Amino acid sequence: MEARIKTVPPVLKAVAPLMEDGHSHESISRAVSDVVLEMPMPRPWYATISVGLILLSILGISTAILFWEGLGLWGINNPVGWGFAIVNLVWWIGIGHAGTLISAILLLFNQDWRTAINRFAEAMTLFAVMCAGIFPLLHVGRPWAIFFILPYPNTMALWPQFRSPLLWDVFAISTYFTVSLLFWYTGLIPDLATLRDRMPKGIARSIYGFFALGWRGSARHWFRYEMAYILLGGMSAPLVVSVHTIVSFDFAVSVIPGWHTTIFPPYFVAGAIYSGFAMVLTIMIPAREWFGMKDFITLRHLDNMAKVMLATGLVVCYGYGCELFFAWYSGSDYERTMMWYRGFESPFAWVYLCLLLCNLVTPQFLWIKWMRITPIPLFIISIIVNIGMWLERFVIVVTSLRRDYLPSSWGTYTPTIFDWAAYIGSIGLFLTMMCLFVKFLPMISIFELRLQHHLMKRGEIR
Amino acid sequence: MSPEATSTTKIETTVELPVSSDSIMTKKGPQYWRSLDELLGKQEIDALVHREFPAQVSDVLDPVGRRNFLKVMGASMMLAGLSSCARQPDEKIVPYIKPPEYAVPGKANYYATAVAENGYGMGVVATSFEGRPTKYEGLREHPASLGATNATTQAAILDMYDPDRLDTVLNEGDISTWKSFITAVAKGLNGIDTKGGAGLRILSGTVTSPTFGWQFQRLQALYPEARWHQFTPLNKDNVKAGAELAFGRIVDQVIDFTQAAVVLSLDSNFLHEGPAAVRYARDYALSRDFENNGGRMSRLYALESSPTGTGAQADHRVTVRYPGVETFARTVAARLGIAGCEAAAGAVTGVSDAWLNAVVEDLQANRGKAIVVAGPQQPAAVHALAHAINAQTGAVEAGTISYIEPVEVQPTLHGASLASLVADMNSGAVQILVILGGNPVYDTPADINFADAMTKVALCAHLTSARNETTRLCHWAVPQNHSLECWSDIRAYDGTTSLIQPLILPLYAGKSAHDVLNVLLGEDEIDDLNTVQAAWMAKRGAEGFPAFWKQALATGIITGTASPKATVQHKLQFPAHVPVEKPAGLDIVFLPDPTIGDGARANNAWLQELPKPLTNLTWDNAVHINPRTARTLHLQHEDEVIVEFGGKEVKAAVMMQFGHPQNAITVHLGYGRTHCGAVGAGLGFNAYALQQSASPWFGTNASLRKTGNTYVLARTEEHYNIEQSQIEQGRKAADRHLVREAALDHFKEHPDFAQHVAHEPSEDFTLYDPAEKKYDGYNWGMSIDLNKCTGCGVCVVACQSENNTAVVGKDQVLLGREMQWIRVDRYYRAGDDGTFDGDVAAVHQPVPCMQCENAPCEPVCPVGATMHSEEGLNDMVYNRCVGTRYCANNCPYKVRRFNFFKYSDHGAEQLKMMRNPNVTVRSRGVMEKCTYCVQRINIARIDAKREGRDVREGEIVTACQAACPSTAIVFGNIADPNSAVARQKASKRNYGLIADVGTRPRTTYLAKLNNPSPALQTAHSGAADNSHQSEH
Repeated sequence: MEARIKTVPPVLKAVAPLMEDGHSHESISRAVSDVVLEMPMPRPWYATISVGLILLSILGISTAILFWEGLGLWGINNPVGWGFAIVNLVWWIGIGHAGTLISAILLLFNQDWRTAINRFAEAMTLFAVMCAGIFPLLHVGRPWAIFFILPYPNTMALWPQFRSPLLWDVFAISTYFTVSLLFWYTGLIPDLATLRDRMPKGIARSIYGFFALGWRGSARHWFRYEMAYILLGGMSAPLVVSVHTIVSFDFAVSVIPGWHTTIFPPYFVAGAIYSGFAMVLTIMIPAREWFGMKDFITLRHLDNMAKVMLATGLVVCYGYGCELFFAWYSGSDYERTMMWYRGFESPFAWVYLCLLLCNLVTPQFLWIKWMRITPIPLFIISIIVNIGMWLERFVIVVTSLRRDYLPSSWGTYTPTIFDWAAYIGSIGLFLTMMCLFVKFLPMISIFELRLQHHLMKRGEIR
Repeated sequence: MSPEATSTTKIETTVELPVSSDSIMTKKGPQYWRSLDELLGKQEIDALVHREFPAQVSDVLDPVGRRNFLKVMGASMMLAGLSSCARQPDEKIVPYIKPPEYAVPGKANYYATAVAENGYGMGVVATSFEGRPTKYEGLREHPASLGATNATTQAAILDMYDPDRLDTVLNEGDISTWKSFITAVAKGLNGIDTKGGAGLRILSGTVTSPTFGWQFQRLQALYPEARWHQFTPLNKDNVKAGAELAFGRIVDQVIDFTQAAVVLSLDSNFLHEGPAAVRYARDYALSRDFENNGGRMSRLYALESSPTGTGAQADHRVTVRYPGVETFARTVAARLGIAGCEAAAGAVTGVSDAWLNAVVEDLQANRGKAIVVAGPQQPAAVHALAHAINAQTGAVEAGTISYIEPVEVQPTLHGASLASLVADMNSGAVQILVILGGNPVYDTPADINFADAMTKVALCAHLTSARNETTRLCHWAVPQNHSLECWSDIRAYDGTTSLIQPLILPLYAGKSAHDVLNVLLGEDEIDDLNTVQAAWMAKRGAEGFPAFWKQALATGIITGTASPKATVQHKLQFPAHVPVEKPAGLDIVFLPDPTIGDGARANNAWLQELPKPLTNLTWDNAVHINPRTARTLHLQHEDEVIVEFGGKEVKAAVMMQFGHPQNAITVHLGYGRTHCGAVGAGLGFNAYALQQSASPWFGTNASLRKTGNTYVLARTEEHYNIEQSQIEQGRKAADRHLVREAALDHFKEHPDFAQHVAHEPSEDFTLYDPAEKKYDGYNWGMSIDLNKCTGCGVCVVACQSENNTAVVGKDQVLLGREMQWIRVDRYYRAGDDGTFDGDVAAVHQPVPCMQCENAPCEPVCPVGATMHSEEGLNDMVYNRCVGTRYCANNCPYKVRRFNFFKYSDHGAEQLKMMRNPNVTVRSRGVMEKCTYCVQRINIARIDAKREGRDVREGEIVTACQAACPSTAIVFGNIADPNSAVARQKASKRNYGLIADVGTRPRTTYLAKLNNPSPALQTAHSGAADNSHQSEH
C-alpha cells in the first residue's frame, strides 16, 4: 500500500472530491457493510431481482426447448450462420472489459478514483463473462459434443484445431474468467474478514469466515495481499487488450468482406471499454442512489468514467471511419458492395444509422461537463451507448454475412422469439447476479475506502 | 410355416371342425401342408368360416385381406411388419445356403431397366444393395438416355419408397382384396359379355408398351365393343394434329441436333421437356462444343410466349404473345417461299425485322443443318409450318430431321378421346371403367366434369399408386406397382424398346397394368412376367427366346426395335391464318410445371424442393407475370390474386418473372392437389381448374383481382424485393465475373478472355511453403462447362439421391435452409435495351463444393471436422463436427449446409430402405456439403487396389456428372494430364469462381460461349466487350 501513496497525483480541477466529507473509518465500514448486514433491501432491489429472475427463467425455458428441438428455432440460416448468439457473446465480453480496465490498469497507473468503483466493476466483469460464456454452448449444433473443443487426452489422439480463432476464444475467455475471478476474490478477502467480524454468530458468519481465509489484518497479511494483488493486476492488464483482440479475430481471420479487416483488434478493444464503462454507469448510477453510496461514488467518479467513455467512443468512431474509408480505398467490389448494403441499402440500413446515432453522435454530448456530472442524462447516454454497441456487433455479424461473394446465396436474417429469449435471458442472468452480489458482498471495497479516507485526511489525495 | 397356416390353425383350435376330421384322418403318411385350405379342402373350410364369421368372410378367408386388416389395427405395427406386408410370392424363396456369387453384402448390384415418364421410356441402370434399389443412373446404350437422366427419373426412386403410397386394394374406400376385386370385375363383365363387351372402357395415359398393346388386342378379340381411351394432360395432341395436317397421318419426329447449325425454337422447351429431352440436350451440347466439334457451333433462336430453360440458352431470344409464334412461323415460311403459305399481315409484335431477317438468312444459309422445332403447346398449324420449313431447308433430306412410325401403341388425340369417353359416360353407355394410372378427376380441363360423369358408371376401378382425387370417387382402387416392382416393357422416343424388370418384391400388395388387363381377360392367374414373355413370344416366336430374353434384360434394350422410318408426303396445306385479336384482358398461357410436370408426381419431395429453373421457386406454382405488367396492374410479388378466366376462378400467388411477355400471365399445371399424400397436398393452386379443353394451352381475357392477402413463395434465393434483388444479383454477377462468357467471334480472337478479367493470386503467393501441399497420388478435380449447362437441375436431384440429402420443406426453404449439396445459380442479364423489362437473358451456373486448395473453411473449424485429404479433397467428418457453423460463414461459395433441425426422416422404414448405405445419414447439428461423392472414389480406389492398379480414367463418375444430360460436369484425377478433367482445365476457357479471393478452387468452370448472329447486335456481344475492356 505504501508503494501506491508515495506520489501525490497532480492537482486536478476536480468536480468533486473522491469522497464526501464527514466520514470516519467507522462510518465507512458501516455504510458499506450494512447493506449486507443490516439494511433491508430497498424496493428497487426487489423489483430488479424479480425482473432478473423472470428473464432468467425465460433463458432456462428457452434453452431447454432449444436443446430439445435444435438450432433451427433461431433465425440463423445459410448465409447468416451466426446471429444473436455471437452478437451477444461479443457484447457481453466487451462489457466485461471495463471492470478489468478499472481494477487492473487503473491500479497500475495509480488512479485513486478506481477505489470506489473497482469492486463493483469487477463483479460486473465476472457476470458479463458468465453471460457471454453461455452463448458458445447454446450456439453450437451439438452442445453435447462441445468438449471436443478442449485439448483433452483421448483415445483418438485428436487435438482441437489450433488454427481456429474459436479455439483461441476458448483459451482467451477461460483465462479471462479465471484471472478476473482470482483478482476479484483476492481483493475481497480483507472485506470478507470485516463482514465476518461484524456478523453475529451463525452459518453466514462461518461462510464469510471460510472465504476470508483466516484474514486477521496482520502486517504480514497485508504485505502478502499487496504483493498478490499487484501481481494479479499485472496479469490482468494485458487481458484488457488481448481478450477482445482475440474475439475480434473470429471475424478478422475470416475471408468475409466486412469481417476481414485489420482495424478490428484495436477497434474491438476500444469498443469493449466503451461499452463496459457504459454498463458500469448504467448499473452504478441507480445503485449509488438506492444504497446510499453517493458519498463514496461521487460526481467525480461519474465525470471520470464519462471521460473514458468519450475517449474510447472517439476511437470507435475512428474505427467506423476506417471501415468506410478502406472499403472504398480497397477498390474491392466485395468490400464496397458490402459497405454500401450495410449503410445505405439493405433492410438493415436503419440499424447502421441507429448505430451511428448511438455511438457516434451520443458521446459527443459528453464534451459538456453538465452532462458528465448529472446522473440522469449520463444514465440515459450510457443506456444508448449500450444499445449502440450491441447494434454495432449486430451490424458486423449479420450485414457482413448476408451478402458476401456470390449474389445467388444472398440472404437475410430475422431473429425469432428464441433469439430474443436468449438475449433478454442473459440480461436476466446478469441482473440476478448483480442483485445477489450487492446483497451478499460489499459493493465497494471497504478497506480501500478507509485507506482513501486516511490519505484524504492527510491531504495526499483529494 | 407360412403366416396363413398359423392363423387358420387358430380357427381349428377354437371351432369344432364340423365336416371332416375324416378328411384329415384319411390322409396317410408324412404330409406337409401350408394351410388348412390345402389340408381340408377349400369348400369345407369355407363353409366353416361362413358359419362362424359371416361378416368377416373375405378378411378371414383371404390371407392378404386379413393381414391388411391387422396392418391397420396398429399404426406402429404397420411398418414394423413391413417384410410381411408383401404378398407371399409364388416363386420359391429360400435363404442363401450357398450365396450367389454376385450377392456381396455392402456391394451394389446393377440392373438395366427402364423408367416410364408420361408413357415413354428412359433406359436406366438401377443400383441395388442387398435387394434394395437405391439409385438410378442412365443407361449408356439407351437412345433416350445415353447414360444421363433427368430430374424426374432421378426422383422416381423416391416414388417407390413414398410412405403415402396406396398399400391395399380398396373397395368404396374400405380395405379389400385383390380376389374380391377380381370377383367384382368378373361379375361386371358377366353383364356385358353378351353385348361384345360394350360398356367396358379402359382409360390410360400415353401407352408405348408392346405388351399392353398385345393384351389389348386380345381383349378386343374377346370384347369387340370394348374401347380404350387415352388421356394425359401433357399430351401431344398439337404435335399429332400438326403431323396430320402436314402429312395426312400421325408420324413421330426425331431430330438429330448434333447436325444442327441453326435451331429455331418456336415456343419449344426441347432441352428440358419431352421424352427425348435428355438426348436432345446431349446432342445440342455437342453441336455447341466449339472446341471438340471442328470449330463449329450451332446458333439457337428462341421465340417464346413464356420463359423456359431452353430460351435461357438461346443466342437470341424474343418474347412474343402466344399467337405471335404462329404469325412468325408463317412469315418465315412465306419468306422461305413455301408454297401455300401466305405471309401473315404485319410484323409480329416484339420481333424486329432484323431478327426475322437474321433467322431467315440463317435458315437459308445452313441447308440441311437448320432445325425448326415447335413446342407441344403451340397449335397444329405451327407444327405443320415447322415440318414444311424443315423440308424446305433440306433438314429432312439431310436426315437431320427424320420421321418415324408412331411409337405409341395407339396414337390418338387425347382431348378427343377423353371427350368421347365423358360423353359416353354421361349417356350411360359405360358400365365398367378401368382407369390405369392417371388422375382424370384432377387433371382434366375445367369444362370436363369427369367426377360427375363417373357417378353414372356402374363400376369404376382405378389402378393407382396413391389414393388421389380420382381414386376417392372410384368403386375400386388397386395399388399400382412401381416400375421397380413389376415386369413390363416400354418404348423410348425413337421406338427403342426396353424391358422393365423388378428389383424388389412389391412393397405392398401392388399390381401392374398388365395384371389388371389379365383380370379383364379372365386370366388373373397369369402374372406380369408371364404376360410380358407371352407377348414377346407372340411377337417374335418362341425360337431362341431364352437367349433373346436374357440379352434384352442384360443390355436394357431390345435391339432392332427402333421405329422404322416413315415415308411422308408433305401436303403443304395450311389452315387459313386466324389472327387472335388482342382483347383488353390478359393472355393466359398454360404450361406443365418445370419440376412436377402434370402433377402426378406432386408427392415427390425431391421434385418439390428442386428449385425450378429460372424462377428458383420451390413447393409452389404461381401466376408468372412480367414486372412491368405487374406495375401497371398495381400488383406486387406474392400478392394473392384471384385469376379469372373463362368463367372460372382460382386463387393464386403472383410471381414476378423477367423475360415474360407483357400483358400475359403463365400458370403452371400440377399443383393444387388435394389428395396425393402428406407432401404434395395443399401446395400451390390448381391451374387445371382454369383450363379449357378447346384450347388447353392458351386463352385471352384472363384477369387478376387482388384479394389483399399475401402468399409467401419459397425461392432458393434472397427473399427480399425480388425484382430489385434479382437485378442486383445479375449486375453483381457481371461485376464479379462469376459467369464469364463471350461471343464466339470475340473468343476466336481472344481465346483466353476468361482468364484475364480478374486478377487471381498465383499459386506461390502464400506465406506457407508451396511445396507443403503436394500430391503424390490422386489429385481430384472437377470442371464444369458453362457452355453446356442448361440449368435443368438434374444434378441437384441426382446428388440428393446419391448422398441421402434431406428435404427441409417450404418453411425451411423460406428461411434459406435448403440442404441440396449442389445448386444451380441463375443470373439474369439485361436485355438488348439495357433494362430488365423486355427480353432478358439468363445464365445458369451449377455450384457444388469447390474443394478449395486454400479452403477458408478448414482453418476456422475449432475441432478439425473439415480437413484436407491427401488427394486434395476437403473432407467433412460428421462425427467430429460440433456445429459452430464457422466454416459455412467463411465459405465464399456458401456451399455448406447445416442441419438446423433433424431434417432427415429417421422414422419412416421405407425411406431407410431407400438410402445409400455408403453415405452417413446426417443428424441434427452437423455441417455437411458436397464431397465429390467420396464414397464412389473410395469404392473405385478399393477395387483398383485389389487389382493392383491405379484408378482408371472415367472409373469414378460423380452422381451429378453421371446424371448431366449435356455432359457439362467432368470429374477426375487432375494429376493425370490425359484425364478429361485435366484436359478441360487446360482449356483457355478455364477459370475459377471468385478465385481472386485466393481459394484456389478445385472445381473450375469453362467460360460460356455465345454465337450471336453477326446481323444482330446484342447484349451477348456487349458482355464480351465489357470483359474485353476490363482485360486491358
